[in-house]
Amino acid sequence: MIIKEDLALRHPNSWREQFNMATHFKIDGLKASIEGKEILKGINLEIKGGEVHAIMGPNGTGKSTLASALMGHPKYEVTEGEVQLDGADVLDMAVDERSRAGLFLAMQYPSEITGVTNSDFLRSAINARRGEGNEISLIKFIRQMESKMKELDMNKEFAHRYLNEGFSGGEKKRNEILQMMMIDPKLVILDEIDSGLDIDALKIVANGVNSMRSEDRGFLIITHYQRLLNYITPDHVHVMMQGRIVKSGGPELVERLESEGYDWIKEELGIEDETVGQV
Amino acid sequence: MSTQLSTPVNRQSVEALSHSKGEPAWLEELRAKGAELAETLEWPKPEKIKMDRWNLTALGSHKQQDALTSTDELPEAIRELLAHTSAGLVIQRNSSPVLKQLSPELQAKGVIFTDLETASREHADLVQKHLFQAVAQDENKLTALHSALWNGGIFLYVPKNVEVELPLQALLYSDDSTATFAPHVLLIADNHSRVTYVDNVTTAYGSAEQQPLAKQMIVEVFVKPGAQVRYATVHHMADNIIDLTIRRAVIENDGRMEWIIGDLHDGNILSDTHSILRGKGSTSDAKAISVGKNSQQMSLTTGAVHIGRSTESNMVTRAVMKDKATAIINGITKIEKGATKANGVQTEKVLMLSPKARGDANPILLIDEDDVKAGHAASVGQVNVEQVYYLMSRGITKQNAERLIIHGFLAPVVSEIPIEAVREQLQRLLERKLEG
Repeated sequence: MIIKEDLALRHPNSWREQFNMATHFKIDGLKASIEGKEILKGINLEIKGGEVHAIMGPNGTGKSTLASALMGHPKYEVTEGEVQLDGADVLDMAVDERSRAGLFLAMQYPSEITGVTNSDFLRSAINARRGEGNEISLIKFIRQMESKMKELDMNKEFAHRYLNEGFSGGEKKRNEILQMMMIDPKLVILDEIDSGLDIDALKIVANGVNSMRSEDRGFLIITHYQRLLNYITPDHVHVMMQGRIVKSGGPELVERLESEGYDWIKEELGIEDETVGQV
Repeated sequence: MSTQLSTPVNRQSVEALSHSKGEPAWLEELRAKGAELAETLEWPKPEKIKMDRWNLTALGSHKQQDALTSTDELPEAIRELLAHTSAGLVIQRNSSPVLKQLSPELQAKGVIFTDLETASREHADLVQKHLFQAVAQDENKLTALHSALWNGGIFLYVPKNVEVELPLQALLYSDDSTATFAPHVLLIADNHSRVTYVDNVTTAYGSAEQQPLAKQMIVEVFVKPGAQVRYATVHHMADNIIDLTIRRAVIENDGRMEWIIGDLHDGNILSDTHSILRGKGSTSDAKAISVGKNSQQMSLTTGAVHIGRSTESNMVTRAVMKDKATAIINGITKIEKGATKANGVQTEKVLMLSPKARGDANPILLIDEDDVKAGHAASVGQVNVEQVYYLMSRGITKQNAERLIIHGFLAPVVSEIPIEAVREQLQRLLERKLEG
């Protein structure tokens, strides 16, 4: 088991090729708190390579906390449960190790970092997983970056701007997708990637995501609007309330939520307040 | 209550040294007067720094060095600071000028670039007219003492309408901590001339244990009407050195002064840089970066004094503080009565990397005129955990994430440095001081 974890950590791709194993992401009984207050109250979810899962739900039900806890945000404390990516213990890894193991989170509020250009940042991210002595050549990097930027209808000058500094909401989201495309992760979490996007930008972002769908990549899309799911069709849909997944189904669930809202689920559950009661 | 020896020099010792060096009588008298003034004047008292506890009187003694015939004779650490392309070079080693070069083209145009000792013999009229005119000899004990014992130094004169394309370079270094090291830099840019001057102030001690040495340095720049001077300086000495540096430019009508200051010295620092915007329409720009480490104490001041109408100043300081280092960063924008339409802007930012470090940013606006604009921004903060998390979430290690953020913090100043060689060198020194 230890050998397997080590291999998966150090050589995620070779491990996969060698054993011909599709991505397998498993969340088991995950509980997490912020400042002592429990937000996630036992999440179970399994995502296999090729699958797109959507988590929907009103605000304040713990969706973004799930994304942050999976990535390892320092503010959140995982109190119980397990998360495995291809057999490796994700919760045991530092944030950067999780990323190098194949986890990617497109954030709702990406940081702005002065003085670090977008391209320097991207190159550091790519080289971080290639290792010393195996850095990507500058020409190859620029070619890759420019072609992806073109796909996302991003102006070339974004490469030389400071990371997210002065970017509009939509530009930041596109930049998150650009990073996803360049990093080529195994398991992608999109946290409210649709917020702040107009319809054109939404289509571009959705196209970017769809172009990345493949047999060995899993997606977890977090949103509280069904709008994004008109462009990215999920295989599985889950509804989160009170820090738990309370309902799961197929794409038809999106349509029902669109026409009927969430009240029927609350009724089924016999609850009035769907939030986790954050103060 | 300072119980330090009031001065380690006196009229007699100063006169004797001046005489032995064959200096003109006016200079010998200036030095002697400085020695006398130093006995009664007080040390400068920078805000929130107990400078009187520094070893200010560790001045060393005068030691004559032999001239160099070529830069090949320089120690490796000094030689690598040489610019690939420069139009002139002056080198000071400890107490003495040891080398001077100037391209024949510039000589033919009347440019003078030499050590100040030579200049005070060969161009006495120019030197006498300007020396201690921007910084008065009797301002305080430091200026008086320096006027008594300055040595080596740099003199640059650019005649009217002459534009010097390539930078002129000076290397000032100490390799003997028992020798006085007190360079004085005097730059005169005559009407509508243009010049870039770059210096490195450094040490080359090797691994030997060194005793404390108070290095005094005064820089005086005269920017005549319509002239433009760019002054880039990097101080990076060993921690036995106490770096006491005063820089001042007097800028006349429509003149422009640009300062680029890298205070990367490892020991205690008093660094005070002022632009006196005397002429109407004169402008100045100061960019300063600093890194504090170990337990060094730093008083870093940039200032702009607006006297002329429609004068403009901009000052940006960024400092990164590690370990137990202390930096008191002052930005002083002073607008005198009558300086209508003046505009002064300043920003000081400090990044704290250690809970035991201290960094104070003090923007000070002193405004005696109504019809002006002035702005300031100051901040002291730590490496943002959200930023570190964001970078790490892309696979970048914590150490590299922090390094990117720290370099990013300094980048807006470093990337503005117009001379590539200085920019690269500064980058290397930053790397060394940040990692070390």
